[in-house]
Amino acid sequence: MAVMMYWEAIRRAQDEELARDPMVIVMGEDVGVAGGTYKATKGLYEKYGAERVIDTPISENGFTGLGIGASFIGVRPIIEIMSVNFAWLAMDQIFNSAAKVRYMSGGQLEAPVVIRSPGGTAHQLGAQHSARMEKVFMGVAGLRVVTPSNPRQAYGLVKSAVRCNDPVFINEHELMYNMKGEVPDEEYFHPLEGSEVARQGRDVTLFGYNISVHWCLEAAEFLASHHGIDCEVVDLYSLSPLDRAGIKASVSKTHRAIIAEEAEAPVGVGSEVMAIINEECFFELDAAPVRVSARNVPIPYNHRLEKAAIPGAKDVVHAVLKMFGKQ
Amino acid sequence: MTPADKKRVLREMLFARRFEERCYEAYVERKIGGFLHLYPGQEACAFGVMEAARPGHDYVITGYRDHVHAIKCGADPKAVMAELYGKETGSSKGRGGSMHIFDVEHHFMGGYALVGGPFPLAAGIAKGLKMKGSDAISICFLGDAANNQGTFHESLNMAKVWNLPVLYVCENNLYGIGTRIDRSTAVIDQYKRVSGYDIPAAQTDGQDIEKVYEAAKIAVDHVRSGKGPYFLELMTYRYRGHSMSDSNAYRPKDEERMWSKRDPIIMLRDRLIEAKQITLDDYKAMDTAVLEEIENEIIKFAEASPEPSVDELEKYVLADNDPYVRGGKH
Ligand SMILES: Cc1ncc(C[n+]2csc(CCOP(=O)(O)OP(=O)(O)O)c2C)c(N)n1
Ligand SMILES: [Mg+2]
Repeated sequence: MAVMMYWEAIRRAQDEELARDPMVIVMGEDVGVAGGTYKATKGLYEKYGAERVIDTPISENGFTGLGIGASFIGVRPIIEIMSVNFAWLAMDQIFNSAAKVRYMSGGQLEAPVVIRSPGGTAHQLGAQHSARMEKVFMGVAGLRVVTPSNPRQAYGLVKSAVRCNDPVFINEHELMYNMKGEVPDEEYFHPLEGSEVARQGRDVTLFGYNISVHWCLEAAEFLASHHGIDCEVVDLYSLSPLDRAGIKASVSKTHRAIIAEEAEAPVGVGSEVMAIINEECFFELDAAPVRVSARNVPIPYNHRLEKAAIPGAKDVVHAVLKMFGKQ
Repeated sequence: MTPADKKRVLREMLFARRFEERCYEAYVERKIGGFLHLYPGQEACAFGVMEAARPGHDYVITGYRDHVHAIKCGADPKAVMAELYGKETGSSKGRGGSMHIFDVEHHFMGGYALVGGPFPLAAGIAKGLKMKGSDAISICFLGDAANNQGTFHESLNMAKVWNLPVLYVCENNLYGIGTRIDRSTAVIDQYKRVSGYDIPAAQTDGQDIEKVYEAAKIAVDHVRSGKGPYFLELMTYRYRGHSMSDSNAYRPKDEERMWSKRDPIIMLRDRLIEAKQITLDDYKAMDTAVLEEIENEIIKFAEASPEPSVDELEKYVLADNDPYVRGGKH
């Protein structure tokens, strides 16, 4: 196992896939000569050339649509959208073309594209650069949505996404590219569906995905050492489809659930997980499930307001203590 | 421009340059956060066009490189700096930040962070001005790479079809972040892309404020006289990286040197000195005064201003007490 950074893991996966299959291409703004805004394509332009590592114009709907069209006849594009905030502009092609073409052609066509994009609130980037859009993507049939919480998942999910014949949206995070973690030395394909138990526990399940997995793990350590509460942490790396069986199994064991999400509560991961709990294991519950979510505001620039708008490990701790009547 | 105008604009441009350089320092000191895009090198664009237009009266909209445009429209530099500091006294009350300077009182309709977003907004403002019978025009400043968004073409088409009073100013600095224009764009000369819409278009040297002014005068007069949209391309260069997080490593050094010899402020200064309108000492005194103003008034104000209260996090999300929220008889 080598320790590498999240961006290095993504770079390695893309490098391997480009080397293996001449139909794999990488495209996006500044992915070529500049090596990618977050270095995820560093050195690939030099290695594979301008025909396969493509610097695009600032035409998100255009180049995403072009990638989708190429995928119709056998190209395997990995499209990097510099930030999810810019993916709004490509929604038409992602939703109306990629997600629907298999269905509306009665299975004749498919769009095996990978769309990678970082979301999340970084530091003071303001309202138009702080979107968390996973909830928008996961609501559309025909599209897979995964969101790696560590370098191992990042590597393995990119690998599987490139090979999978469905369109896959990979929701990354601007603050996680430099995170370090172990990645297997041999080739590794992470499942596109399912969930992972990131920490075993008995008393309550903390559901997280992407960055919020880390809040949950931090909260779990604190609650174990300071309050004797044993939290299970479930990593929902697949947001579409969500792992109904995994959610049910953990809640049936702990009988309590808290969902931590960086996005605003309405129509979100939290509301969806709650609905699944309701449908799958309502009678297992010892307490009403709780969401830890962002405040429902455009993200402010001011650092204090920004901090107040976005939850973190502390908020997860508070939610657990409240659930256990300790606060 | 009269000699007095030129002297005034020289000071204004110098002020803008020093203001931006001070922002750089404040960013390094971590007083300013987020993304910060600075304007040095391109000053003659905003100033030349706005000298030909009516600042505070005409409506201006732009992207994220917006501080100087706002100030030229009449925004108080203290409020702009306070915004960068995230303070309650900032032009957007600390909620917006560098990429979202707004001063609606002075008809500065904002800085927007999504490339290409302002094109249709500018056309919409022009539509509103036309409906109101106003003699103000709508002016949209954007970069070269923004023209690769569909909104560019969609907006030009609508502006022409509906004969809207909008002036599109393209500040062509040859790069979109690290990508040189010829690698992303079919033609370097952006004005050529407009011919398909039968909109008059011109290109001029964006480093020479007198040339910008002359070209902008024709453009502004055209739009104001009701003849519809106009496209003005200004060839320019930014002296710093795209933003503070840009290494700026992708530009050839001799290209940078060539453009630094065409500094819009130095060019105007030397011309005024040659014409004996000012002396080098006058210029130096001007610079000292500008630096003092920035330090003693603007930075002090930003530093001393209060931060917004966390209790007001949800203010401005929706209208306060809108009577129709509850329906009933009105
Ligand atoms: C829709 C969208 N895509 C990508 C970006 C990232 N981005 C910000 S500025 C920029 C380059 C824009 O270049 P140009 O229009 O020439 O303006 P300049 O910065 O050179 O003034 C890019 C790609 C963005 N902000 N919005
Ligand atoms: Mg540019």
